[in-house]
Amino acid sequence: MEPKTNGQFFILGLRYTFPLLVSAAPFGLIFGALTASNDIHIYTALAMSIFVYAGASQFVAVGLMAINTPIAIICITTFVVNLRHLLYAAAIKEAVSHLSLAWRSLLAFGLTDETYAAVVGYFGSKPKHPKLHWFYLGSWLSMYINWIFWTFIGISLGKQLPNIESWGLEFAIVVTFIGIVFPLLQSKPYWLAAITASVMSVLFGHWPYQLGLLFASFSGIAVGYGSLILAQKHSTQHITQGEKDV
Amino acid sequence: MSDILLIVGMILATYPTRWVLFGFAQSLTFPKWFTTALTFVPVTVLPALFIPIVVQPHGNLWLNLNNPYLVSATLAAIIAWKWRNILLTITLGLSIFALLKLWL
Repeated sequence: MEPKTNGQFFILGLRYTFPLLVSAAPFGLIFGALTASNDIHIYTALAMSIFVYAGASQFVAVGLMAINTPIAIICITTFVVNLRHLLYAAAIKEAVSHLSLAWRSLLAFGLTDETYAAVVGYFGSKPKHPKLHWFYLGSWLSMYINWIFWTFIGISLGKQLPNIESWGLEFAIVVTFIGIVFPLLQSKPYWLAAITASVMSVLFGHWPYQLGLLFASFSGIAVGYGSLILAQKHSTQHITQGEKDV
Repeated sequence: MSDILLIVGMILATYPTRWVLFGFAQSLTFPKWFTTALTFVPVTVLPALFIPIVVQPHGNLWLNLNNPYLVSATLAAIIAWKWRNILLTITLGLSIFALLKLWL
């Protein structure tokens, strides 16, 4: 049955996001456990999940806090790790432009990898649907509650779960990111960008303060963008040469 | 105190990147080169986050078939590439990883 009402779209968003809730759960659990084992205050950890609500950067932040990184560096790293949200927003903004500012501001807070993936997975890569925001809201509220819940469980159990880092729970985030990235690798420049960033992230992973992550991302973007421009120049030269031949 | 500062800083480093395009949805347009460069952000940031977990799960480079992270991630990547379905990728990827973890 095709969903029609706001409520039906809300429920659909929730259901469609369900597998992503399952894969986010262990991630929230380790995040919570890591904060506990690094003696980060329970309120600080919970406040991050409630007010920042950005899994990947929270994870990076805990690692940085554990080695007493200056706050400014944690925030800059958070910013770069979160820059991808700009692209997600760019992909979805047409579909929300008719809504009130309050609605758009509310939806913006819940713009995560998972909700982006659910919305684009259901509505397509250039989504436009009059009830999209209800689906989106269902996805984001369920992700949000799920994330806070599992963070809380992780914090509470943190010290009772020895070596939780060695259980392999972080593979859940690996597989989620693989599911998001591979469909985006549509042409050679994107492959080059991804491969460059991957190699750099391993080569410079030992740099302090996650600077290797930043460097890897920027080199990947530079290589990808550069090769895209080169490919475009090449093809326009090709066309002009072709025209001369005619 | 410094924790409050950190949370506020992280909010300021997170919410604006999510909000700016929605907030100015009707009026804001970026130059072409910038939006093109942005399309490379997810394909670089996400691999830079997960590839180190896959190839060095315990801190040292581990590039052979005994590494369950590497094997499951490779299979998940093939599934993701072939079917372009994130839900399928997650379900199968996690199942493969769980089986390998139990066996190895």
